[in-house]
Amino acid sequence: MDKNDLIVRFAGEGGQGVVTSAEGLAQAATQTGYHAQTFATFPSQILGGPTWTQTRISINPVLSSGDELDVLVCFNEQAYSNHSGSLADQGVIVYNSAEFELSGHDDAIGIDFDALAKSTGNTRAANMVVIGALAELVTMKQDILDEFVTKKFTRGRPNDEEIIKSNIKAMNLGRNEVKDRGISIGQLKPPQKPDYDQVLMNGNVAICLGAMHAGVDFYAGYPISPATSILVWMEKNLPAPNKFVHQVSSEIEAITALVGAGFAGKKAMTATAGPGFSLMSEGLGLAWMAEIPLVVVDVQRGGPATGLPTKTEQSDLISTMFPAHGDIRLPVIAPGSVEECFHAAVTAVNWAERYQGPVILLSEMALSERNQNMPKPDLSKVPVENRIVNQNTNEYQRYDQLDVSPMPIPGGPGSYVANGSEHDGIGDTTHLAERHVQMTHRRWNKIKVLEDGDFEVDSIDSPIALVPWGGTKGPTREAYNKLIESGADIAWLYTMFLNPLPPQMIENLRQKELVLVPELNYQGQFSMILRSLGVNAISITQYTGLPFTVKDLIGRVNQQIESYKQGHLKI
Amino acid sequence: MSVNNPEYDFKWCPGCGDFGVRRALESAIQKRHAATGIAVANNVVVAGIGCSGNMVHLLEGDQPFGIHGVHGRTLPIAMGVKMANPELNVVVVAGDGDFLSIGFEHIGPQAGRNLNVCAVVMDNGVYGLTKGQSSPTSETGMITSSTPYGKIEEKTNPLSLYLTLGVSYVASAMSSKVKSLANTIVEAMEHPGFSIVHVQSPCTTYNDTYELLKGSVKKGIEPLAWPIPEGHDSADIKAATELLNRGGIPLGVLYKDTTRPDFQSRIDAVTKISDSKSTEELLASFAI
Repeated sequence: MDKNDLIVRFAGEGGQGVVTSAEGLAQAATQTGYHAQTFATFPSQILGGPTWTQTRISINPVLSSGDELDVLVCFNEQAYSNHSGSLADQGVIVYNSAEFELSGHDDAIGIDFDALAKSTGNTRAANMVVIGALAELVTMKQDILDEFVTKKFTRGRPNDEEIIKSNIKAMNLGRNEVKDRGISIGQLKPPQKPDYDQVLMNGNVAICLGAMHAGVDFYAGYPISPATSILVWMEKNLPAPNKFVHQVSSEIEAITALVGAGFAGKKAMTATAGPGFSLMSEGLGLAWMAEIPLVVVDVQRGGPATGLPTKTEQSDLISTMFPAHGDIRLPVIAPGSVEECFHAAVTAVNWAERYQGPVILLSEMALSERNQNMPKPDLSKVPVENRIVNQNTNEYQRYDQLDVSPMPIPGGPGSYVANGSEHDGIGDTTHLAERHVQMTHRRWNKIKVLEDGDFEVDSIDSPIALVPWGGTKGPTREAYNKLIESGADIAWLYTMFLNPLPPQMIENLRQKELVLVPELNYQGQFSMILRSLGVNAISITQYTGLPFTVKDLIGRVNQQIESYKQGHLKI
Repeated sequence: MSVNNPEYDFKWCPGCGDFGVRRALESAIQKRHAATGIAVANNVVVAGIGCSGNMVHLLEGDQPFGIHGVHGRTLPIAMGVKMANPELNVVVVAGDGDFLSIGFEHIGPQAGRNLNVCAVVMDNGVYGLTKGQSSPTSETGMITSSTPYGKIEEKTNPLSLYLTLGVSYVASAMSSKVKSLANTIVEAMEHPGFSIVHVQSPCTTYNDTYELLKGSVKKGIEPLAWPIPEGHDSADIKAATELLNRGGIPLGVLYKDTTRPDFQSRIDAVTKISDSKSTEELLASFAI
């Protein structure tokens, strides 16, 4: 039977090659022309602990990492007991026979990964043994894999050829083990190589590249899972004349340093997760009040408090949109794929410059670790915006209009005080009621220049709509496609611009009888916001630390629609 | 504010030490402008929250840029400004509550980086703007509105703290000696690293220490403050520590180390050895 997709889960102990195998398979698959997406989840410790990853490869763009496993690769016995329940009916187990024996299972293939790798003279080729076995299971041709290995290990070192040979040998040894058992799960359809350039990366790297393209030239950060890789990337790649990057002593230092840098003319950014974001509240309030452009990335993890540092959740929407005391509602952009992470980062910087204030880029753990192929962005076609700088004289009143006004930069004309207290046109503190009213109107009016975000829409005439946000987009879209195939009448609306929402999208949503919002939090945070905008929204929630499965979503959407039609659903 | 702004109605109490500090800061900025041509607009005053922070609105004459930020965070804000544009002269103005209580955690990191910023700390030993609560530099046993039975903590010694944390320029001054304070601030601004000018700036309403600091022959009060002898070697940290051990409040430049690289030089050194690639090159490294 020909297959469109291959879904493989790798499970074992941290350090056994669980992550490198999943990423290696994604690399091999995308280089041969398939689409791929990986998922990773691990415990919060340096070494060991139960870890698992999943790679889905497909002839079509991959929307989710997949529900039912074609293959489960077990690096130890615990992996088998934890994950064998997720196997599809026709699924196959590949296990590390050096660790344990599996008896009484027809579709299980024991392979001593490490011993076979060692026999090639390259002990690091164990994941190639695994990839070879997987390729044989879906009758993938070896020549395309040879090409992948040659490309991957041609690094201009004297032993390149030796390493390439041993890796190919390792793959063939893995293949032979499967051949000997005569097990196959059907042929994976040959890929159609896209006729455009592609890249394969994870969400955090995509954010870094987007930020760099947008001109970020000041980065201050503090290590925190799952945002640390952004700091690490910036420390390595941002240094250049007139640019600043530094690990500072706390998130409080980070956000207040950003305020100083944004005030002095820089495009400043930091990245954090829930606990660090909480520490930034006061500084964000200052940036809103004093009108300082800056970008804060929140890579969400499970909360509250220390919560689940290495698991995924979408529970920071309310706290990032309303991060501080007082009348404040920050612009929030929440990407739904690795490709959107790149564009969200560019837009976040552009928005900060355009409205002269803080912008939140709301990502999540599942996106930060997700490797996904995407069209290579043509940087010449991704516009970059710069703030309008004041050229006026010293009598200039920066804050005196209702609209965004040119910003004075220290060293230039128009000296003023960037003031966190309520202030007049030049930033002197005031207590006058009419001034507080005027400045409040100014701060809220400025947001209007950001109301140009786009949104996706399908089956607009249906009275019921499915509206996911952030990383929940992928599985929801896959569920939506299946629901439509099975004849359901449901509209699709999606945007990564959560505040301000595109006004036309709000209008469309207001006309719906029922708006279903799948989201990974207990309260149903996005539907709370939509209801405050007059939308009949209700959430489909999950708070397990893992993304939705497509199967669950389909079941719960059908259930909600059924109970709505019977008049049981109260919004 | 460059002209009298009727809408801005904040006032320091009569006799407040901060008046003298304001005059000294204005004079320091003007002096450097006259001597080196550094434009006033190239100065940024980063103010804390409290009576002293209002100085950023009360400076007269040509106006520098200012940030009146959040309580306790003057140093990291100043770091952002200075590292964004090393051409700017960045001055912090903050009180003892802002700088030494809520803001304490920021002194050590900036000392370690040797951030090229000058902090003028106005110490009145009390929280004035919130109407008289105890501060880190209030005397042990002092009765305030928040310590009705007397302050129970030991008093912080800011000068010895700065030395311990590795601040590369530490000076101590009196708000009433405006000329000498102005000269010290100029020297501190010119210091190639992190400088703190710690100023005794009494609160005439909640903690009037003028008499204690200056002494009174009539009442037989020995002055608490005393000038650092001319022969003091400010490059010698042991000598600085010995001065502090004498008790009271020494006035003058306590310690000064001009040999350490400042933060910008440290960043520049990293930039030099980094393999800086364009976004296009970095993007290409992920090509399939």
